[in-house]
Amino acid sequence: MAVVFDRPQALLDVPTHFCPGCGHGIVHRLVCEVLDEMGVLGETIGVVPVGCSVMSYNYFGCDVIEAPHGRAPAVATGVKRTNPDKVVFTYQGDGDLAAIGTAETVHSGTRGENIVIIFINNTTYGMTGGQMAPTTLPGQVTQTTPFGRNTDTAGFPIRMCELMSTLSGVALAQRVAIDSVPHIREAKKAIRKAFENQKAKRGLSIVEVLSTCPTNWGLSPEASMKFVQEKMIPYYPLGVYKDKAAEEEAAK
Amino acid sequence: MKGNEALAEAAIRCGCKCFFGYPITPQTELSAYMAKRMEKAGGVFLQAESEIAAINMVLGAASTGVRAMTSSSSPGVSLKAEGISYMAGSDLPAVIINVQRGGPGLGSIQPAQSDYFQATKAMGHGDFHVLVYAPCSVQEMVDTVTLAFDKADEYRMPVMILADGLLGQMMEPVTFPEPKTELPDKSDWAACGHKNEREHHIINSLFLDAPLLEAKVKERFERYRLVEENETDAELYMCEDAELVVTAYGASARVAKSAVTKARAEGIKVGLFRPKTLWPFPVKEIKEATKDAKKILDVEMSMGQMIYDVKLATECRIPVEFFGRTGGVIPTPAEIYDEIKKLTGGAQ
Amino acid sequence: MTTDIILAGFGGQGILFTGKILAYCGLMGGKELSWLPSYGPEMRGGTANCSVCISDDPIGSPLVANPDILIAMNGPSYNKFIDAVKPGGLVLVDSSIVEEECTRTDITCVSLPATNIASESGMNGSANMILMGRMLAETGLFDMDVVKQAMEKCIPPKRANLIEVNMKAIQMGMDTK
Repeated sequence: MAVVFDRPQALLDVPTHFCPGCGHGIVHRLVCEVLDEMGVLGETIGVVPVGCSVMSYNYFGCDVIEAPHGRAPAVATGVKRTNPDKVVFTYQGDGDLAAIGTAETVHSGTRGENIVIIFINNTTYGMTGGQMAPTTLPGQVTQTTPFGRNTDTAGFPIRMCELMSTLSGVALAQRVAIDSVPHIREAKKAIRKAFENQKAKRGLSIVEVLSTCPTNWGLSPEASMKFVQEKMIPYYPLGVYKDKAAEEEAAK
Repeated sequence: MKGNEALAEAAIRCGCKCFFGYPITPQTELSAYMAKRMEKAGGVFLQAESEIAAINMVLGAASTGVRAMTSSSSPGVSLKAEGISYMAGSDLPAVIINVQRGGPGLGSIQPAQSDYFQATKAMGHGDFHVLVYAPCSVQEMVDTVTLAFDKADEYRMPVMILADGLLGQMMEPVTFPEPKTELPDKSDWAACGHKNEREHHIINSLFLDAPLLEAKVKERFERYRLVEENETDAELYMCEDAELVVTAYGASARVAKSAVTKARAEGIKVGLFRPKTLWPFPVKEIKEATKDAKKILDVEMSMGQMIYDVKLATECRIPVEFFGRTGGVIPTPAEIYDEIKKLTGGAQ
Repeated sequence: MTTDIILAGFGGQGILFTGKILAYCGLMGGKELSWLPSYGPEMRGGTANCSVCISDDPIGSPLVANPDILIAMNGPSYNKFIDAVKPGGLVLVDSSIVEEECTRTDITCVSLPATNIASESGMNGSANMILMGRMLAETGLFDMDVVKQAMEKCIPPKRANLIEVNMKAIQMGMDTK
C-alpha cells in the first residue's frame, strides 16, 4: 500500500509535552518537513528557547542547543559565524523573542545574521501558566492581566514583523498563521523560503506564526483557532513585510 | 606588549577560533587586537550588542566544538554570569577573561581585585565551579591562556582568567608559544551537524526530573574533584623558614613581592604565597608555605575576599591579618613593607 | 640595579610614547622592564603619565611610587610627583610650560625649555624627545645605538621618517648639557 502521509524524518518519533490543540505541533512538523525536503537535516543545528518549546531538543532530529531565555539569536550567531556552511535556525516564543530577548532579536537582524528565526506568537507565556506576553492583545485576560490588558498601564502589543522589516539586514519578515489549511500551507511556504534564503546567504529570515494556546486561553482547540482568526489576525495582519528575494526578482 | 594584547595573541595561537566581546575599560585593547588579527588568522571577531549577547555567542560557538573566548571587565562580567551558568550546566568549555576594575556598580576603571567572590564562589546561579587562574605578569598571562583553553576542553567547563587593569594595561617583554595546530576532538558531544551518521546531539542544561539533575550535578562535581586534585598551582617565594607569610594574588602579589624582598634583605623572616589558581584554591600548597608561620598577612586590592579561603585552607590555625586597598587604588610596596614590619617587629 | 622612571604631562605630549621608547631601550639592552600607563578619562586632554621600570632583576610592582627619574612636562604633573622623587634622584622639567621652581636640594633638577627649543628648531611636538635626550646625557642610561634600535621597534615602517626626527631631537637634548 502506498504511504500518503508520514512523519517527517526530522521529527523524532517521541510523544511531545504539548497540550491538545497547541500550535507547536503543527509548526514543528512544518519545520521538519522543510528540513526533509531540502535534505539538510544532517547539517542543521537548531537553537531552542526557554518557554513551551524549551524541550523541543527532544523532538527535532537535528543537533540542538538549548539557549538561555531570549538569547537564541545570539547563540545562533555564535554557531553560524563559526560554522557558516551549516543550516542554523532558532525556534522561539513571544516572551523569549519579543520581551527578554528583544535586543538579541533586533541586533541579529541589524547584522543580517544568515539564520532563520521561527517565531511562535500565541499571545501568552504558556510554560509558566499564562501570564501577559509582549504580544497579549489589548483587553485580553491573562494571569497577570486579570482584568484584561490595560494599555494605559501595561502598554501595547508589539508587532515584531513590522519592526524587523525596517532593518537592512533582514531578508524576510513574514507573518503567517495555522488556523486553517490554506494558512498552514502558506506558513510552510514561508518557512521554506526562509531556509532557502539562508542557503542563498541573503541574511536573516523571520517567520512569525500566529499560533494557539487553548489551555491558557481557556478555550477549546476549535475555539482557539477562531480566536486566531477573529482576534489575532486583525491585530497582526498576515503577509510579507519584507522579502529581499522577491525584491531582487522584481528588479530584474 | 600590553597585557591585554598579549592575552589576545596567545588565544589566537592556541586555536581560539572566535572572539565575541563588548567594549569596556580597561580591557578594550584585547577586543581591538582581536578585531585586527582574528580574521587574518581565519577566525571570527564580532562586537556584540551586549555582554549578554557576547557570552551567548560564545555558548553557541562552544556548542559546536570550536575554541571560543570573550573578555570583559567587572560590570560586564556580572552580565555574563547568566551565560556562564548555562555553559557550566551544559558542560561547555570556553575561556572568559575578567580584567577587573573597581566596584560595586559602575565603580571606577582603575585596577581592583574585588571580583574574587564572584569568580570563585558565585559566577552565576546554581551548583557549579569555574576554574579560575590568576596570573601576575604579561608572560604568565600568555602561558595561562594556553593552559586555560586546554583545561576547559579537558574538563568540559568554563575557565576564567582573573586579571586586572594593571596587568591588562602594562607592557612587559613576552615570548609566545608556537601556534597550535592540533586541537582536541569534540565530535563525541558537539552539536555540529550529525550528517545523518549518528544520533542527534543535544546541548542542554535543563533537567526537569530532580534525581536526574542531581545525578548530572554529582557527575560534574566528580570532575571538579579531579580539578581540585590535579590543577592547583601556587608560587612559594622565600617561604622556607618564614614566620610571616604574605598571601596575595595577581597584581597585588607583585607589589607584595617587592615588599617581601626588601624585608628579607633586612633579615625579616617573611615569605610570599601567591596562588595561581583561585578555584581550586591551592590548599596543600598554602599548608606547605605556612608550616613555620606564626602569622599570615593577606594583601588584596579589595576589602578582603580571598582572606576567607586563606583562613579555611589553613583551618584558622594561624592568625590572618589583612591589608587591602580598594576602589582602584593600588597598594605601594612601602605600605606593605610597613605592615610586615608592624607584624614582625622588624628583624630579629 | 633598578631604575624607576615616571614620565608625566598632558595627553598629546608624547608621554606614553617616550615611556615606550625607554622600555624598549631596556628590552634591547637585555634588561627586565615594565611599562604601565595611566589610563582612563585623563588620557583625553588631561594629564597622562606612565611608570617605566628597568632592572637587572625581575620587576615587582610595575607601578612606580618613588621614581629615580621624573620627567615632568606640565605643572600639575610636576606638583603631583616632585615630592615622591627618591633622594639623589633626577628631575627633568620642561620649563617652557612648568612655572614652578624646584626647591628640593636633595635631588638634581634640570630645567630645560624643551617646548621652546623644539619650536625654534621647527620641530614642534619633539619636546619629549629633547627631555629624554637630556636625561640620557645626565644618566648615561642607554647608548644612542640602543635608542635607535628601540625607535625602529616602536615606529611602524610607514612612519619611518619620524625616526630621524626623533633621533635628531634626542641629540639636541643631549647637546644642551
